[in-house]
Amino acid sequence: MMKRDECFRILSRHITDEAVVATYSSAVDWVEIAPRVLNYTSIGAMGLDSAHGLGLALARPDKRVVVLQGDGSLLMNLGSLVTIAAVAPKNLVHFVAQNDTYEANGGHPIPNPKVDFASMARAAGYAAVYDFADLDGFTQQVGHALKQVGPVFVTLRIEPSKPLHYDYPSLYDPAKRAAFKAAWLAEN
Amino acid sequence: MEAVAGTSIPLSGSRIIAAIKASGVEYILSVPDIVTSSGLLAPIAHDKTLRLIRVCKEDECIGIASGLSYGNKRALILIQHTGFLDSINAIRGIAVEYKQPICMMVGLLHHNPGVSPRESPRYGVRIIEPILDDMGITHHLIGADADLAKIQPGIEAAYRDSQPVAFLIARSPT
Repeated sequence: MMKRDECFRILSRHITDEAVVATYSSAVDWVEIAPRVLNYTSIGAMGLDSAHGLGLALARPDKRVVVLQGDGSLLMNLGSLVTIAAVAPKNLVHFVAQNDTYEANGGHPIPNPKVDFASMARAAGYAAVYDFADLDGFTQQVGHALKQVGPVFVTLRIEPSKPLHYDYPSLYDPAKRAAFKAAWLAEN
Repeated sequence: MEAVAGTSIPLSGSRIIAAIKASGVEYILSVPDIVTSSGLLAPIAHDKTLRLIRVCKEDECIGIASGLSYGNKRALILIQHTGFLDSINAIRGIAVEYKQPICMMVGLLHHNPGVSPRESPRYGVRIIEPILDDMGITHHLIGADADLAKIQPGIEAAYRDSQPVAFLIARSPT
């Protein structure tokens, strides 16, 4: 079992000009590890992380989009796996941090911790699927996974983290949305 | 107040599609709606100049349209009023609170176009316009060809001012 912040530190070494869509606990960890203008943390409703990512990926097929979603969020919109697989954006990499809890809502368990998201993504039709529970394996393969033709799905089997501080006014700051858009449009 | 069309007044699907294209929309995001199924969604599915994204649940459309807008790509969401109701939280967060240009075309299932939606005997139809009013979302009733002139300016305004808009389809386009 891994820790989300450890995984994200390793992931951050491979991130350059991608848009990174991160929400809730993943967003808290990610913006601390990798504060950057191309972080997109305003989702508006739980479960729509990957939908935003799909829209971003369609609008800029020349750029890569990385989604950092939680398991509770994916469960709120499991059909999004089917939608993304059908659209098949080659530039979308979809991570799900699976700690088997609704961490941002009090740490209550998801309905079935035995759920296998990677198998679901594979069955839905994602082009490449990974499932990591070991930090060494993730460290070795994450760079490779990020370069695959998408849509790519990656499960990160992680422990629930220490209590986090959810600074929603900062995560949802309209100025950050405006800065993201300016940077996203400016990227060539 | 917008006029309520009589039951024999035509509503042209091809003219709606022309208005959508004239608005610069490239993407149609949709869950099938029986009101617009044959008159809009079917021809859009065969249209080479619009890209149709079929989603599993209507709220996905709100996120996708938002993501597209950051890349200056325009989308129209084509759904049934039941899907609109199911997507209220996403519309609340993304379209209203984040002030995103979310453009929705909403079929009023089982609506009698001879009466105002507010006076519909169907509870689900009757509450749509009051909900849109309470959320501060601009909306237009599309019940006849005379209403089609509202579409392009409505979409243009949504993207110019970064705000949502809803077009309520009162009868099946032909």
